[in-house]
Amino acid sequence: MSELPAFDPTAPLVATGNLQRRLVVSGVVQLLSWIAAGIAVGVLAFVVIEVLVRGLAVLSWSFLTTNAGQFGGGGGIGSAIIGSALIVAFGALIAAPLGVLCAIYLVEFAPRRSPLATVLRTGLDMMQGFPTIVIGLFIFGVVSKKQSGFAASLALAMVMLPLIARTSQEVLLTIPQSLREATDALGIDRWRSILTVILPTALGGIVTGAILAIARAAGETAPLLILDGLFNASHTTIDIFGHGVPNLPLLIWEAAEGGTPAELSRVWGIALVLLGLILIANISARVLLARSRRRMGL
Amino acid sequence: MSIDPPDQVARPRMRLQPTPAPAPPPAVAPTAGLTNGIGHELIRPAVFDITDMSVHYGAKRALAWTTLKVYRNLATAVIGPSGCGKSTFLRSLNRMNDSIPGFRVDGQILYHGHDLYNKATNRVEVRRRIGMVFQKPNPFPKSIYDNIAWAPRNLGMRKDLDERVEKAIRQAALWDEVKDRLKSSALSLSGGQQQRLCIARAIAVEPDVLLLDEPASALDPVATQSIEDLIHQLKNRFTIVIVTHNMQQAARVADRTAFFSLDSVERVGTLIEYDTTEKIFSNPVDTRTRDYVTGRFG
Repeated sequence: MSELPAFDPTAPLVATGNLQRRLVVSGVVQLLSWIAAGIAVGVLAFVVIEVLVRGLAVLSWSFLTTNAGQFGGGGGIGSAIIGSALIVAFGALIAAPLGVLCAIYLVEFAPRRSPLATVLRTGLDMMQGFPTIVIGLFIFGVVSKKQSGFAASLALAMVMLPLIARTSQEVLLTIPQSLREATDALGIDRWRSILTVILPTALGGIVTGAILAIARAAGETAPLLILDGLFNASHTTIDIFGHGVPNLPLLIWEAAEGGTPAELSRVWGIALVLLGLILIANISARVLLARSRRRMGL
Repeated sequence: MSIDPPDQVARPRMRLQPTPAPAPPPAVAPTAGLTNGIGHELIRPAVFDITDMSVHYGAKRALAWTTLKVYRNLATAVIGPSGCGKSTFLRSLNRMNDSIPGFRVDGQILYHGHDLYNKATNRVEVRRRIGMVFQKPNPFPKSIYDNIAWAPRNLGMRKDLDERVEKAIRQAALWDEVKDRLKSSALSLSGGQQQRLCIARAIAVEPDVLLLDEPASALDPVATQSIEDLIHQLKNRFTIVIVTHNMQQAARVADRTAFFSLDSVERVGTLIEYDTTEKIFSNPVDTRTRDYVTGRFG
């Protein structure tokens, strides 16, 4: 560092020279970040508003509760809401325990630099990046060999598993080590501490992660094309093990493919329902997370 | 086995491991300065009998050549400058260091004649009998009641749980302050109250030994005073080992004091002098002890 130039300490306290230039650069960068943030929020707002306006035009109680007409074409989406809820719920039932247990292993039990933990961690990361159409193909070709709602649940579980495992890991890592020391010092087995202190403390965060994963899986379309594409939307079914069950993403796809003006206006109604469900899930997840943070005293 | 003083109730002797370790010949405790308050000198059994203990973290040696006995129902203070292995020593007494990567202990630590670091020794059982309170209060994010009741519940001491909780809180001199809000969160208590809650939590499982790792260093003088009063009462029931930075605190609460410092040649923490507190503070043998307790350290 060269020596600082001598300055007059009695001069007025205004920016000059180098500082002036830096203030200009700072202002430009600030402006650019504002614009970028504005574009991101703007796109989201544009999508939500467009879907809201077009969707509300067709949305009604009967649209939500009645089933579609016999061969596509008109009608409501009751059977698809029930079907989507079923396949997503079964997927979550499979993925959530597995994901949380993976996270517990990685954070609480895996020894440092354990090869198994490294493999598991890398594997989960890779799984998160898998093309979901390949997941669908794998389930269809190797596991189920036929279309059914449950096959779709399995694929959605594979989509959710890495997300749940990752968020659960992050939540478990935020739990202070002093809490684990406190349980250890009382002479209680680690698994009991996990069950009765660590997990209850982390529960809010884990549920949040699970909801976000469910929201992500609910809109997943690609694997459903392979695994759950053959359904009769005019018929409500809860038999997810037998045949394909109606679901929202593919109903959107079908209605959009239909091409008639009636179908094209109907598609926005379905999109609104799906988007609304996902947004509600997202917002409630965030509220839950904030509440659990407060409880943990973070 | 040495003779229990008349005012002490003999505790049942339990084994730490399934195969009995050969108990060494009973140690005859030095009697200097240990009286029961009416002038009779006592012979106390040793709770910890430590021989040539040293501790490594990986290649780094944190503690060496430490030999001492900790006597039953006394408060033993461990004092010394920072980095001299005080906390390492204390945390090795209930195996809290086990989870630190590279931790290794050499020499012998006998607890009631049982080797603490024997392969068959279960560290969960060790900690159940040797409780610990940490520098920073670490209550669980649960109610005051559940903080105390958690460990007894998990250890199967469900009988008369309410009485047990009340007794522990009373022993920790916290009852009057919390009796009306046992259901509210422990995190709503002040720092000093939280620390007394942590002490109550530790004694609720009726351990044999309480290890206190600078329990008052995060507290204000008033809270410190209440913790010190508490230690005076608790040593009638428990054996207490307390690490403290505060020499006056050691002088106030401890019957015996161990002074740890860095060895001048090898720069490793070691026990310099161990005697009655009175002797350590008024007439120490080692010049390093004298320099430290008179404030001329450095």
